[in-house]
Amino acid sequence: MKKMTYAEAIRDGLRVEMQRDPSVYLCGEDVGKFGGCFGVTAGLVDEFPGRVLDTPITETAIIGSAVGAAAAGLRPVAEIMFVDFTGVCMDELFNQASKMRYMFGGKAKVPMVLRTICGGGLGAAAQHSQCMEAWFAHIPGIKTVLPATPADAKGLMAAAIRDDNPVVYIEHKQLLGLSGDVPAGEYLVPLGQADIKRAGGDVTIVTWSWMVHRALAAAEALAREGIAAEIIDLRSVVPLDKETILKSVAKTNKLVIVHEAVKTGGFGGEVAAVVAEEGFDLLDTPIKRVTAPDTPVPFSAVLEKAYLPSEGKIIQAVKELF
Amino acid sequence: MALTPKDLLAFYRTMVTIRTFETKAAELFAAGKLPGFVHLYIGEEAAATGVCANLTDADYITSTHRGHGHLIAKGGRVDLMMAELYGKATGYCKGKGGSMHIADVDLGILGANGIVGAGQPIAVGAAFACKYRGNGTVAVCFFGDGAANRGTFHEALNLASIWKLPVVFICENNMYGISNCQRDHMNIVDIADRAAAYGIPGATVDGNDVVAVYEAAAEAVRRARGGDGPSLIECKTWRWRGHFEGDPGAYKNPDEQKAWLAKDPIPRLAQKLIDLGHATAADLAAIDDEVKAQVAAAVDFAEQSPDPDPADVLTDVYAS
Repeated sequence: MKKMTYAEAIRDGLRVEMQRDPSVYLCGEDVGKFGGCFGVTAGLVDEFPGRVLDTPITETAIIGSAVGAAAAGLRPVAEIMFVDFTGVCMDELFNQASKMRYMFGGKAKVPMVLRTICGGGLGAAAQHSQCMEAWFAHIPGIKTVLPATPADAKGLMAAAIRDDNPVVYIEHKQLLGLSGDVPAGEYLVPLGQADIKRAGGDVTIVTWSWMVHRALAAAEALAREGIAAEIIDLRSVVPLDKETILKSVAKTNKLVIVHEAVKTGGFGGEVAAVVAEEGFDLLDTPIKRVTAPDTPVPFSAVLEKAYLPSEGKIIQAVKELF
Repeated sequence: MALTPKDLLAFYRTMVTIRTFETKAAELFAAGKLPGFVHLYIGEEAAATGVCANLTDADYITSTHRGHGHLIAKGGRVDLMMAELYGKATGYCKGKGGSMHIADVDLGILGANGIVGAGQPIAVGAAFACKYRGNGTVAVCFFGDGAANRGTFHEALNLASIWKLPVVFICENNMYGISNCQRDHMNIVDIADRAAAYGIPGATVDGNDVVAVYEAAAEAVRRARGGDGPSLIECKTWRWRGHFEGDPGAYKNPDEQKAWLAKDPIPRLAQKLIDLGHATAADLAAIDDEVKAQVAAAVDFAEQSPDPDPADVLTDVYAS
């Protein structure tokens, strides 16, 4: 174990995988000399000559070329600087990367990672703060992961790189400086395995990414009032670990879903639908969702605070169930 | 490398195979035997044939919605293709792709593609893999005049140029993006002129002259293999049929259609073979008959093949 930040853990995951597999390379805007817009890939360009490539501002070609290189046998890790920019390369993701294997009758593999970053709280406004995981979850053929801790960030990166399918790996701006214990050397967190970040018997809170930490803070406050919340960090939305969710709801009979993305069409709706379909009898109360409202992300700190799901909103939603 | 009589006869056979396959596909579609959309390559056979004659199985191509000709020229099997057009379990894609998504990764065919222009960045990525491995392989990207207006064209050519990738962009300018004539969808005559914007060589050739296409592609492939980067080749040609089967192509000028039909690439090569004494009319007729039998056998294979198992709808979404 070693103490490192979330950003350092991602870099460590990249480094370890690049050391063990020469077919892994990185590309994207400013990932080389500049070290990435958030510093995540700092130094890798010197450690791995010819394998960390600065691209022009060319999202379509970044992801389109990653698809071609992956189909031809390499393992690209292609960065889109902000998840908000994935609209530019959406065809390459949703019509090409995700469908190649199926359309070709299982005779192609597209082992690529689309690395990107999501989330608000920085005053970055409507085009640099969104959470778009529900888009990706709606596309069969790709997997989508959103690590919330440094250890998960490293382990999920390694697993994403080794996976033979396109994986969208979504970091969070608020977590980059978060410090934690991270296993040294090769370390894998399997895709599709949720993690119970806090055990509790009174209410299940399903969440992911930054909101894991707000949910944990809420759980701490709720515990002082005698409510034991179980916090399930999905870690990946596709594949979805239904079993862990249903098992928890079977114990608590109450479900609150917390995500930073807007409510309508958010992935929380899918979690709620799964529990309604497969665990309706387990529920004693209605399902609650704590999400951003259906608006673009505002700029002003006052407005953005009002927009983001908060510890207080989570506590309030939980209390409404008792 | 000078073309031998054997090479020219091989070109003839490939072009006739494409023409025969496509003519049969038109007939089968009209008879209601092929589901979905079918976009035919009739009239453009010289382009795929002349280009792919410069490639090996280890080289890559990306194709288009009008992809049958590229697949055949790159070595694709007509029986597996025909079975895929029928949506049968024995088809190239087990009935999951159809005409617009046929691929054979083992032959370097990274797929026909239903999205116009999508193959351009994919070919750049395949070319990156070629360069990364340093094994002298190349990628070729086929696309049409319509796709030359996509943003993918700009991004792909720019990236290929700055990274000096071994990729050859083949623009088959058949003058139409569905109903929209090149005169109305761009303000230049020669699409190869756009190469200058990326600092790469551009050449325009008679796309209905298989030897001219072969020679232009040979130079571009030589450059690519030698580490000198990408090229853009425009093959001027003409789509005989509508955009898809069922489109009568009423937007085309009948005089132009007539003039282009007279430039049919297959009789032009046949005449050359006879004039050069490489073949007699009877030799060529024998090739025609062999190909006809091969395509007929492909149709039999397709018709006798089983449908996919409905349970297979769920397989091949993810690699495990």
